[in-house]
Amino acid sequence: MAKEKMTGAQALLRCLELEAVEYVFGVPGGAILPVYDALFEATHQKGYHLKHVLVRHEQVGAHAAEGYALATGKVGVCFGTSGPGATNLVTGIADAYMDSVPLVAITGNVPKSLIGTDAFQEADITGITMPVTKHNWLVTDVEDLPRIIKEAFYLARTGRPGPVLVDIPKDVQNATFEFEYPETVNIPGYMPAPKEPPRLADAATLIRSATRPVLYLGGGVRSSGSYAEVLAFAELVGAPVVTTVHGKGVFPETHPRCLGMFGMHGSRYANYAVQDSDLIVALGARFDDRVTGKLSAFAPEAKVVHLDVDPAEISKLVTATVPLVGDLKVLLPRLHAEVQRVFEARGRPDLGPWLARVEAWRTKHPLRYAQEPGAPILPQKAIDVLYEKTKGRAIVATGVGEHQMFAAQWYKTDFPRQFITSGGLGTMGFCLPAAIGAQLGKPGELVIGIDGDGSFQMTLQDLATAVELELPIKIFILNNLFLGMVRQWQELFYDNRFSQTPLKDCPDFVKLAEAYGCLGLRARTLEELEPVVDQALAPRGGPVIVDIRVRRQEKVFPMVPAGAPLNDMIGGE
Amino acid sequence: MERTEEAQNYSLHTISLLVQNLPGVLHRIAGLFSRRGYNIASLTVGPTERPEYSRMTIVVRLSSMTVDQVVRQVQKLVPVVEVRELKPQDLVERELMLVKIKTPEANHSELRALAETYEASIVDVSPDALIVEATGNAGKLDALEDRLKAYGIQEICRSGRIALERGFKTLAPPNLK
Repeated sequence: MAKEKMTGAQALLRCLELEAVEYVFGVPGGAILPVYDALFEATHQKGYHLKHVLVRHEQVGAHAAEGYALATGKVGVCFGTSGPGATNLVTGIADAYMDSVPLVAITGNVPKSLIGTDAFQEADITGITMPVTKHNWLVTDVEDLPRIIKEAFYLARTGRPGPVLVDIPKDVQNATFEFEYPETVNIPGYMPAPKEPPRLADAATLIRSATRPVLYLGGGVRSSGSYAEVLAFAELVGAPVVTTVHGKGVFPETHPRCLGMFGMHGSRYANYAVQDSDLIVALGARFDDRVTGKLSAFAPEAKVVHLDVDPAEISKLVTATVPLVGDLKVLLPRLHAEVQRVFEARGRPDLGPWLARVEAWRTKHPLRYAQEPGAPILPQKAIDVLYEKTKGRAIVATGVGEHQMFAAQWYKTDFPRQFITSGGLGTMGFCLPAAIGAQLGKPGELVIGIDGDGSFQMTLQDLATAVELELPIKIFILNNLFLGMVRQWQELFYDNRFSQTPLKDCPDFVKLAEAYGCLGLRARTLEELEPVVDQALAPRGGPVIVDIRVRRQEKVFPMVPAGAPLNDMIGGE
Repeated sequence: MERTEEAQNYSLHTISLLVQNLPGVLHRIAGLFSRRGYNIASLTVGPTERPEYSRMTIVVRLSSMTVDQVVRQVQKLVPVVEVRELKPQDLVERELMLVKIKTPEANHSELRALAETYEASIVDVSPDALIVEATGNAGKLDALEDRLKAYGIQEICRSGRIALERGFKTLAPPNLK
């Protein structure tokens, strides 16, 4: 590539173009002004594709970039200025770190000469984000900028994906140099090859010998995009399949072997199956405490085959009988071939009795709710209606709380990248930003948000962004006038002492929607529910906010209390 | 904290790292240890035979199962080129100690003799104080420190452990050798 003289700010934008970035979500400010000025210039040039989305809060910018990344599988990008702009990004960056979302965050910083002087709007953002990024950089020499951006995108999207941050002082943005984009990346210590060959034969032997196996699928299946491989493998092994909340959609939930989500709010049958299994084959999953329950009592008879791209996840929490480190997309077909060979040589194990037991649990303890006519709308019913009305095909973004778990339980996902949620960090306010990002990434798809009244109020200012972009997202607020999940814990474990959980003075969400220029709708009764959902889902050029008043006391069941074994559930019998 | 190694025995482990010589690398590594609750007993950093890499030796008090986890977590840090636990039977370890003793001149010859038995030397002398310099493994330095107590220790500075594996093995992967 020919060298070209330009500023650091111009170089940054050129790098983003070369990385095929479509959208950047951000808010300008003093220390990133050169970049925004270069953007002004670039967007007036013909053939320039990068679009900037002005969000109203940097946290939303980071979450929207996550929503975009989760819906498309591409890298999400966000901008923030120095100091408060940068620190506002931190929640989104931490969220992306916990959920392995590929994200590149770019921050401006005060000029190099002011760094370390407690200058106006100065924050040590590389120091602050060190624990929540795969890696970060403070660019001190404009000559390093192209290489660093190249490395940033490479790190974000390869291996176990995750967020990175590049902090660029204002004088570096202004400095001019001869731009050249490197073609290759050379990071000596990154992703070293495993020292030992994968123990595929051992894994296949375990699978052949198991009489009560389960397949446990996590977000790593989504990251690696190995849905076809996983489906073929699951059909070969014939075991029941359970997923995490991030595994939703990587395996069709309507498949007869799929038990759906397990864990704290998983179904009884999924939890019983995991707990009683004699072999867990974990693919791209990390044994989070929200799925294992009490670790020392987790699946006591199970051996574990653990396949993950991140060697540090192996035996971090649950000891792997056979660890398999590598990319699922590469390693799973090899395991598949090995298992097939063993099955052909030694016959298939008879899983009949096990599958019969699992089906008996499913019949005896289905997920259920009892909606009575004339009674307040149950949140489960609302999700059920959304599932029916969208024919199970919508991209669903959620906030965090009871509504999220109701959505995970009742919105069955058959497609990967369909359920977009904050799992690891559990970030309230995630729904609206994620829906914005997802809709931009998937303009032809129906994107709905399922949010709670508490969660929605954490980022609602960005309705303005959705209106400005005329995004046809539909946000359904399951409104119980409570911080519902906290209330649930207070009811169950704190003797009904509802300390600071009632949200008595919730705004009128219909008027709020109208104030922002959205269509606002409300369903108070069961009779109103379906017509209102129909009205909301009708094609429209901008966002719709639906206030669904649900039964205030409804709780998410079943529930594994924190610190209890997985099969020690309350409710939902 | 619930972990797989619950109720295991804790002991000192030596972890050796080859890291890219970049700003902030120590912060990244020390930060990883603190946020994951691994207790650092000592940490040393210094240059290697190649200026673009530094070597760190970290001694941690952990169960042996956790050590594997620590090594894997540290390996994930981008500037970390190579990391390995060095087993006690395979390593040569050294620590440097400086001890300032406040003692009358009359005791100096006795201290010289004591230092000699520990292959230590006296590197600074003033009328009422001297500094002893010693190298060796931690056990030897502890023993010397114990003996010096009788003379009135005023100040101690110890370097923390540095270590290399015996034999031909090196930490660097082949492309860096």
